[in-house]
Amino acid sequence: MAFDAKLEIANGIGKITLSGELDASVAGDFRTKIEEAAAQKVSKLVLILDALEYMSSAGLRTLVFAKQKMGQGVKIYVVGATEAVSEPIKQTGFHYSVIMMDTYDPGVIEA
Amino acid sequence: MPDQRIDTYPTHQYQGFDLRPGRPLPFGASLVPGGINFSIYSSAATSCTLVLFHKHEREPFIEIPFFDEFRIGDVYAMTVFGLNWEEVEYGYRMDGPWDPSNGYRFDQTRILMDPYARLIGGREVWGTDPDWSDIYHHRARLVADDFDWEHDKPLETPIEDLIVYEMHVRSFTAHESSGVSKRARGTFAGIVDKIPYLKDLGVNCVELLPVYEFDEFENSRVNDQTGERLYNYWGYSTVGFFAPKAGYAATGKFNMQVDEFKNLVKQLHAAGIEIILDVVFNHTAEGNEQGPYISFRGLDNKTYYMLTPEGYYFNFSGTGNTLNCNHPIVRNMVLDCLRYWAAEFHIDGFRFDLASILGRAPNGAPLSNPPLLEQLAHDPILAHCKLIAEAWDAGGLYQVGSFPAYNRWAEWNGKYRDGIRKFVKGEPGLVGEVAQLIQGSPNMYASRGPTASINFITAHDGFTLMDLVSYNDKHNWANGENNNDGANDNNSWNCGWEGETEDPGINALRRRQIKNFAAILMVSQGIPMFLMGDEVGRTQQGNNNTYCHDNLLNWFDWAQVEKAGDLLHFFQNVVAFRSAHPILRNRFFLSGSDYLGLGVPDITFHGTQPWQPNWSDGSARTLAFMLNGDYARGGAVRDDFIYVAMNMYWDAVHFTAPPLPAGMRWHVAVNTAMPSPQDIWAKGAEPVLDGGEILLGGRSVVILVGR
Repeated sequence: MAFDAKLEIANGIGKITLSGELDASVAGDFRTKIEEAAAQKVSKLVLILDALEYMSSAGLRTLVFAKQKMGQGVKIYVVGATEAVSEPIKQTGFHYSVIMMDTYDPGVIEA
Repeated sequence: MPDQRIDTYPTHQYQGFDLRPGRPLPFGASLVPGGINFSIYSSAATSCTLVLFHKHEREPFIEIPFFDEFRIGDVYAMTVFGLNWEEVEYGYRMDGPWDPSNGYRFDQTRILMDPYARLIGGREVWGTDPDWSDIYHHRARLVADDFDWEHDKPLETPIEDLIVYEMHVRSFTAHESSGVSKRARGTFAGIVDKIPYLKDLGVNCVELLPVYEFDEFENSRVNDQTGERLYNYWGYSTVGFFAPKAGYAATGKFNMQVDEFKNLVKQLHAAGIEIILDVVFNHTAEGNEQGPYISFRGLDNKTYYMLTPEGYYFNFSGTGNTLNCNHPIVRNMVLDCLRYWAAEFHIDGFRFDLASILGRAPNGAPLSNPPLLEQLAHDPILAHCKLIAEAWDAGGLYQVGSFPAYNRWAEWNGKYRDGIRKFVKGEPGLVGEVAQLIQGSPNMYASRGPTASINFITAHDGFTLMDLVSYNDKHNWANGENNNDGANDNNSWNCGWEGETEDPGINALRRRQIKNFAAILMVSQGIPMFLMGDEVGRTQQGNNNTYCHDNLLNWFDWAQVEKAGDLLHFFQNVVAFRSAHPILRNRFFLSGSDYLGLGVPDITFHGTQPWQPNWSDGSARTLAFMLNGDYARGGAVRDDFIYVAMNMYWDAVHFTAPPLPAGMRWHVAVNTAMPSPQDIWAKGAEPVLDGGEILLGGRSVVILVGR
């Protein structure tokens, strides 16, 4: 399945929905969406990953980029990551830098 | 828009690739604006070509020769623009003379790995057969230094406070009993899952067997008798000094081994546990004249290896070649490497395998003032790293007690291991030697202090602690070398039967002996180290050289944690005992005198009766000593009195402890002759000893605390 990244911004929350396979050849597209969200000065960034099938090291690097680009004050939520995606995130310790959620919880994210 | 820097413009082109002269330093491949800077050293090559692959592809997509103007001195440096650094693999071809008798082994047909490669592909998943027809096996890649360390930094725990646990990354969690997820077994991530176990054990430092990229298939073979595949399992044969082993990472197949390893360091630090790496700079995986071309041999053989006048490899490592560590170029590489691991990976210290080789001159002669060792001792970036030497080599140089230390290096104290083994085994006439050993070996380290002594009974080389008390002789048949490998001087004793037995008396004695070793180790001045699994009675079935086994001979069987509950309980508590008593962890030697006028000297020795040690009795197997807790940390900290009695006779013996100052009483903290859990008591729960007399069972240790 081809990679796709969609950005929506509402109420100061940036939501990027990823699908397909995130590798080095398309990581730039993801990075562009992060830069767009950063330019809008969102207070929270939500990454919806339930349709993301695979993430390479380039994808993880882009998550690191997101953390650095958004700054310390912006919480990043990683929502719905499949085991294939969440395991490398956890094994490399990146889950300590974001908030991992199984499903989108508006009570937490939009509070 | 700001002007673009002019040094980011290409100045040359080659087959569609934009280039410019590179920066000679740093060596290796570095990310620069718009491109990648490649820099490689060779003193005798006549030309150099950069070979670029797309990741995992068999054939290169371009080979770019370094233009003449790209070479400065002996360094070829070039920036290539427009490369996707995450998708590129790179190597070099070097042309130059083929003249082995003069040390030159250039071969332009070989693709060579960058010695400074920080990420290496080719063996991403442990034990997966490589494509043997690949023209480039160990593939250099690039890595970003963007790990989120938050506030982590090396812990800088005072060395006298360390309690070291020597372990092998894969062995620790490879067994399914570890409970680690299948994908993370035997990996850095697997260790993270087990940090709570290490915390409960009480150790505050792990020393990892080699984690630099190595090839588990080096000298891999099948055991004729068992049909089992044998590997280069321990990894004492480095392929790349700057790269963590991909096969030790659950994420290695995604090339995230650097991140995974950094996360391990970060999580260990968060738990208060330091990490020391066992580093192997004495030789490389290229072997002797018959070995493969991986890197150094084809880049600059004469610089990187010690060669005989005839051009053959010196073999002080016992593995075929010897890295030329005191050549200035190699010296700088070692220094660059350790600085990189200290600064970028937050490593707390290094243990140098066969470190005496690092003190040899290029012609093999031992140096009185080895520049590499001195440089490491005084390096500003390594200033707070622990530096630990295995102070011998396979060429006959044995420097325990005499390693060029520059008031900085510690040593694996092999004499401690041998002396305590003999004493606990029951050999007579050792009490004088043991008195030195438990003080941190002042007879060897007079000017260096007890922190020069890494005290150990067992390590990866040799028997496990359970095997030390279960076998008289090595049983290395599974290694496929006709039982000729491994040490013969083990100073072991099987307690009456060779190998496993159902005899309850023998098994009880073995467990008592293990506790004796653990107790003596933990009350000795110096730095204690013990081997992974000793706390649960891990056995290697009498094999004292399991370098090649990817199976239960090396793996930690976590079912043992339940089965060996009394041993684990003892270890946890005796480690806690050491941690609770600063008088056991002094930076400077105890003096044997009452130099502060506190009424009792800092350390005093005794026999079965107070003040009467058996120094002159050649048959003596008993020794006791007392520490005055008011002398902890040189008198800066108050601690309890501690009295340790060791009876290595086979029969029970009465001991009388010295009297305590008025108002104090002796309490029994440890009695290895007692059944668990009365063998050891937590601090504050120790039962009071009526009077000062105590009957020590045969082959047992008693520790009293006075307060």
